[in-house]
Amino acid sequence: MSIVQPRPSLADIAWAPLRLLGALVDYPLRAVQRVAGIGRMPYVFLIPNLGFFGIFVVVPLFVNFAFSLTGGTNLFLSDRVYVGTEQYGFLLDCENFVDSGSCREDRFWRGIFNTFVFVSFQVFFLVLFSLITALILNRDIYGRGFFRAVYFFPVLLSPVVVALVWKWILLRDGILNAFLVSIGLEKILFFVSPQWAMFWAIFVSIWAHMGFYTLILLAGLQAIPPDLYEAAEMDGTKRERVFWRITLPLLWPNMLVVIVLALIKGVQIFDEVFVLTGGGPGTATQFIVQYIYNTGFSNQVQNFGLASAASVVLGVVLFALTLAQLAAVRRKDSTNV
Amino acid sequence: MSEPAVTRVTPIAFLTATRGRGRLHWTDVFSYGYLALGVFLMFGPVIWLALSSFKTASGLLEFPPTLLPLGQIEVAVEGYDEPLPLYQVTLDDGSVQELAQIRRIGIIAQMVDPADPDARIKVPIDRREAVREFRVAWENYTAPLQRFNFLTYLKNSVIVTIVATAVTLLINSMAAYGLAIYEFRGRNAIMLFVIGTLMIPITVILVPVYLVVTELGMINSLWGVILPGAATPTGVFLLRQYMLTIPRDLIEAARMDKASEWAIYWRVVLPLAAPAIAVLAIFSIMWRWNDFLWPLIVLNRSEVYTLQVGLNAFQGELDVQWHYVLAMTVVTLIPVIFVFAFLQRFITTGIASTGMK
Repeated sequence: MSIVQPRPSLADIAWAPLRLLGALVDYPLRAVQRVAGIGRMPYVFLIPNLGFFGIFVVVPLFVNFAFSLTGGTNLFLSDRVYVGTEQYGFLLDCENFVDSGSCREDRFWRGIFNTFVFVSFQVFFLVLFSLITALILNRDIYGRGFFRAVYFFPVLLSPVVVALVWKWILLRDGILNAFLVSIGLEKILFFVSPQWAMFWAIFVSIWAHMGFYTLILLAGLQAIPPDLYEAAEMDGTKRERVFWRITLPLLWPNMLVVIVLALIKGVQIFDEVFVLTGGGPGTATQFIVQYIYNTGFSNQVQNFGLASAASVVLGVVLFALTLAQLAAVRRKDSTNV
Repeated sequence: MSEPAVTRVTPIAFLTATRGRGRLHWTDVFSYGYLALGVFLMFGPVIWLALSSFKTASGLLEFPPTLLPLGQIEVAVEGYDEPLPLYQVTLDDGSVQELAQIRRIGIIAQMVDPADPDARIKVPIDRREAVREFRVAWENYTAPLQRFNFLTYLKNSVIVTIVATAVTLLINSMAAYGLAIYEFRGRNAIMLFVIGTLMIPITVILVPVYLVVTELGMINSLWGVILPGAATPTGVFLLRQYMLTIPRDLIEAARMDKASEWAIYWRVVLPLAAPAIAVLAIFSIMWRWNDFLWPLIVLNRSEVYTLQVGLNAFQGELDVQWHYVLAMTVVTLIPVIFVFAFLQRFITTGIASTGMK
C-alpha cells in the first residue's frame, strides 16, 4: 500500500505566499523567543501595535494640548511661542454667547451654533426614521432581505460620492428643480438659501447613515423574546399597546446606544456637507470640524494654535458623550442578558 | 390568532392576504408604502447619477433633463472645420427642414443646409428644435483616464486600501493575540487602555498628527495616509474577543510539538480567527477606500491624491466639468457595489454584533 500525497487544493496554493512569509518571520522570532523567554513574548506581539498607536494617537493627544497653549504660525513645537491660555481666551471672548456675532472669533461660534442646530435635527430624525424602518423590517414582510439591503447600501458609499449624488440632483438645473417647474412651481436655488442648505445637509446625512442605525435597532428588536409577543397575542392585546408596553421598553437600551452614537458622529460632521455645500452659503453650513480644518490647514495663515484649542474644546464635548455612551452600553448589557 | 384554513380564495382575499396573520391591517399597507418609497429614495438618486454619467456635456446642460442619454446629432458640413449641431427648423413657408447651426447671435441662429453649404439662413431660435438620437457618451469614462490624473488617483486609492488593510490586520491581530492568549503583568492595564481609546477620533488630534507626519517626512506621501490609522483599538478589541473563544488545548498541543510562539500565532490562532479577521478586513477596506478628511490634509499635490480627494478637487473647480465628475463618481462607486453585493451578509452581521462602522 502506498501513501498517496493529497493533491494541493486551490486554497492551499492561494495561501502559499502567506505560509512562506510566516515561515520566514519564524526564524528571527524563534531567536527572540530563545533570548526573551516565553514570558516576555506577549510584549513582542504588542509592540508594533502599541508603537503605532503611541506615535499617532497618544503622543498627539498630549501634543495637542501643548499646541493650544502656543501661538505663531510655525508648525514645529520648538519654534512656537508660549502664550498660555490666550487662544482659549480668544475663542471664548464673547459678549453674549447666544449671539455669535458678538464674539471676537465669530466663525468658531457660528460653527458651534450650526453644529448644535444640525445635531438636534439630524439625530432626532435619524433615530426616528431608523426606528420606523427597523420596526417595519422586523415585521413578517415579503422580500425582507432585499429591503434591508436597500436601506443599508448608502452606508458603504463614500461621503464624497454621497455629496455628489445629491449635489447633482439639487443643482439649479437639476432634476428636482425640473420636477418643481413641471408641477408649476419656481426653481429653488438650494445652495443659495441658508435654510435650504442646512435642510439638505441634514437630509443627506440622514440618507447616508440611516441604514447603520436601522441595523443596530433591528438586531435589538430581534433579540426580544418571541414568547412575550405570543403571550400578548393570546391575551388579545392591541398592537399599539404591544408596541408601547413590550417593544419600546425592551428596545430602549439599544435606542440609548444609538442616540449617543449618532450624537458622537453628528458632532463630528464634516465630509458630506463640506463637499455638498462647502460650508456655504457664507458660513450657514460650516460646522466645528470644518472650522478646525479651515483654521489649521486651509486658510492662508495656518493658525495651528487656534485649531488645537478648538479641537480641545471638541474633544471635551466628545469625551462627555463617550462617557454617556459607555453608561448606555453598560445599561444595555446588564438588561439584555 | 391564525385564521382557519381558507377553502375558497377570492381575489380580494388573495391580494390582501398576509403571511401568518389574519387580514390586512392598516400597518401592512403603511409598511409596503414606506418600503416602496424607500426603494425610490435610496436607489433613485444613485441610478439618476449613473444614467446622467452617460450623457454628453451638452446633453447635461439641457433643462428639463431627459431620462435617457440623448445626444444631439452633429453633421460635418463642407467648409467648416468642426461638425455642426443639427436642428429641425420650421421655415417661414411652414415647411420643415433639417439645418445645421453655424453660430447663434442673441435670438437669431445662423444656419446652413448641409446639402447646400454656401447659402446661410437666419432663423429665430424658437423656430428650431434639436435633432437628437440615443447616444451613450463613453468618452466621459475614457477621457479622464487619458487627460487627467484619474488613473493615478485610482492607483493611489488601491495602494492605500490594500497596504493599510494588510498593516492593520497584521499589527492588530498580533496585539489581540498577545492580549487574548497570555497572562502577563500589565495586561489588564493595556486592555483598559485599549477600551479607553476606542473612541478617540482623528478630528480631535488633526494638528498634532499632522506635526508627527511632517516630522517623519510623510507629507504628500501615501505612507502619511496609511500609517496614522493603522493601529485601531476597535480592531484589537474585536479580534481579541474572538480569539478568547479559541480552545487553549490547541495552543498547549502546539507548544508540546515545539512550535514557536510566532508559529502558534501564525499557523494555529490566525486561521481559527479567520471570520473575525474577515470582518475587520471588510471594515478596513471600507474605511480606507472612503477616507476623506485625513487624505485631504496630508495630500496636497495632485499626483498623490486618492480618488476621494481627486473627485472633490474636480467638483470644486470654478467651471465644473460635470460629465467627467459624474463618470468618475460612478467608477468610485463600483468597488463598493461589488463589496456590497458579495459581502453584505458579513457586513451586516459584523455591524449588528460589534456596533461599529
